[in-house]
Amino acid sequence: MTNFIENSGGHFGEFGGCFAPELLQPVLRKVTQTFEKFKTSTTLQSEFNELLRNFAGRPTPIYHAKNYSPKNGAQIWVKREDLLHGGAHKTNNVIGQALIAREMGAKYLIAETGAGQHGIATAMAGAHFNLPVKVFMGAKDVARQQVNVERMRLLGAEVISVDTGSSSLKDAINEAMRYWISHAEDTYYMFGTAAGPHPFPELVARFQRVIGDEARAQILEQTGKLPAQVLACVGGGSNAIGIFQAFLEDKETKLVGVEPAGDNIKHGLTIGRGVTGCLHGSISKVNCDENGQIEESHSISAGLDYPGVSPIHAYLDQLGDAQYVGITDDEAMEALLKFSRCEGIIPALESSHALAEAFKRADKMNADEILMVNLSGRGDKDLHTVFEYLEKS
Amino acid sequence: MNRYQQTFERLKKEDKIAFIPFWMLGDPNPEASLEAVKTIAEQADILELGLPFSDPLADGPTIQAAVNRSLQAGMNTEKCLEQIMIIRADFPEKPIGLLVYLNLVLQYGINRFFTDCKKTGIDSILIPEMPVEEIKLVESAAQENQIDLVFLLSTNTPQDRRQKIYDHSGGFVYTVSKPSITGAKTDLSDDTLALVQELKSQTDLPICVGFGISTPEHIKALKKAGADGAIIGSELINIYQKEGLEALNDFALSCASST
Ligand SMILES: Cc1ncc(COP(=O)(O)O)c(C=O)c1O
Repeated sequence: MTNFIENSGGHFGEFGGCFAPELLQPVLRKVTQTFEKFKTSTTLQSEFNELLRNFAGRPTPIYHAKNYSPKNGAQIWVKREDLLHGGAHKTNNVIGQALIAREMGAKYLIAETGAGQHGIATAMAGAHFNLPVKVFMGAKDVARQQVNVERMRLLGAEVISVDTGSSSLKDAINEAMRYWISHAEDTYYMFGTAAGPHPFPELVARFQRVIGDEARAQILEQTGKLPAQVLACVGGGSNAIGIFQAFLEDKETKLVGVEPAGDNIKHGLTIGRGVTGCLHGSISKVNCDENGQIEESHSISAGLDYPGVSPIHAYLDQLGDAQYVGITDDEAMEALLKFSRCEGIIPALESSHALAEAFKRADKMNADEILMVNLSGRGDKDLHTVFEYLEKS
Repeated sequence: MNRYQQTFERLKKEDKIAFIPFWMLGDPNPEASLEAVKTIAEQADILELGLPFSDPLADGPTIQAAVNRSLQAGMNTEKCLEQIMIIRADFPEKPIGLLVYLNLVLQYGINRFFTDCKKTGIDSILIPEMPVEEIKLVESAAQENQIDLVFLLSTNTPQDRRQKIYDHSGGFVYTVSKPSITGAKTDLSDDTLALVQELKSQTDLPICVGFGISTPEHIKALKKAGADGAIIGSELINIYQKEGLEALNDFALSCASST
């Protein structure tokens, strides 16, 4: 089952594909060819692994969140991607893609960012590989993720505030794509999630696979058994596919993706409430009106605020191999506060969606069962949002 | 012979190339848009019309702004097709090409979309983010309704892909002057003119050039290079926005007299 991603050629049932303008087809082909080279090159793979180890700090531990786990309920364990260099799982992806960019001979890197985490990761990789970085970020997100904007600048990246469309992540992607169209000769686009045109869904899934590979081995080693369920938040879907892949063949393990339900009226439930459509290069689930105009998503967490989703998740949902549920802003915030205070770990608002769902489920399960949550990032970047929320309520 | 073949045949006899204006349907509002399209259609050999989509990633600021105006004025796919029906009635012989992003087609339903396009008298459809490799999605719907598929081709399209594009194209080949989004200024580099000549030697399909074409001089240069048509979009929108309908008409006239 795992290899359905690698052998897909970019098509996952009716989902996926390479629906990008003709002007990007040559460079996307080159990315695909270079990625094929990576897949068979032990030199490139060991360079990737070495950077994951010594630059990014892998492996990250797993941790039994005993205080957060409900009394008499299932055990909640977390995979500590919050401890990864940069503060989120995004670093895995950018190291892989920076290697691809270097192999392609690219001289510049561009990226989009929502929460700022992928922008920071790209800025770090750019500094490491000595490639100048431009990060496209929705004006709305620039305002609510100021600290991350400053971090990107400190790392030497140029942050371009995007005020077209709804000034959010989807518009940042539009602008990055447009920029890439006219600069594909010497510029590589570090796509931040497992969506976009082929080969990005497969490529990002490959570079994030390390999360699940480690977590599966670690939980077996420490508890002697597999988790009953693995949970991860889903924005575009990269941290979720990163941890899911290792468990796809474990029939006893359920996979649960957690989407942002916002305030339940305005939301970002792409798989939950979206339709089959095309946004940013692949056919997947999208949130749009009946005419096809893309609708703004709404979530308190910038990293989940996206009206599209990875075609791989759309496919897993269709197959019934993973289940997708929603958690509201309030529930996520409650989980963030509770987890911070009882575990001494401030989780990212994105990851807090998965923690909230895990708690609900664990409460109804047995004490010998394990729920594994991908703690995709740390919450320092969200302090501003948290305090604003607390002031209002 | 279909409308495209008749048009290019006629132009060849007259030793002219096609003037192909592009307009975003519904810009700045449905009524004014219809008026603008009718005005430029008088001078056009072929009409290229766009359906507004919220996330047009191959388009620059001018067309993005046109899309916003159109959507804000309440335009949608059905209303666009109704307008095209009216335009078709006024200009029964001019080929009409549609530029539409894929999500609009998917939400309308692929078969229903192509059937309704046929009913309104549309001759070709260009889906800017659909490469020839993904054509399976719409090919049978296009064939059943005898609607040509038009593809983009640029200086960076490699030879093996060019051939695939020729094999699946109808109407004409939409040649992009240089890798860019719409609206970028071009000086019509030697690369572009050389590309036109190269493409002419490879296919019998008409070669029309767009993206950044903005002056009658560009049209003359393209004619000299052997192109079969010049597509002008953003510049028409700019002129209409700045100077209004009469200036639009004047500009269209000067374009048409440069072919
Ligand atoms: C910490 C964290 N988790 C999750 C996400 C969502 O992205 P994805 O669904 O690709 O993992 C983000 C995105 O910025 C993030 O910063």
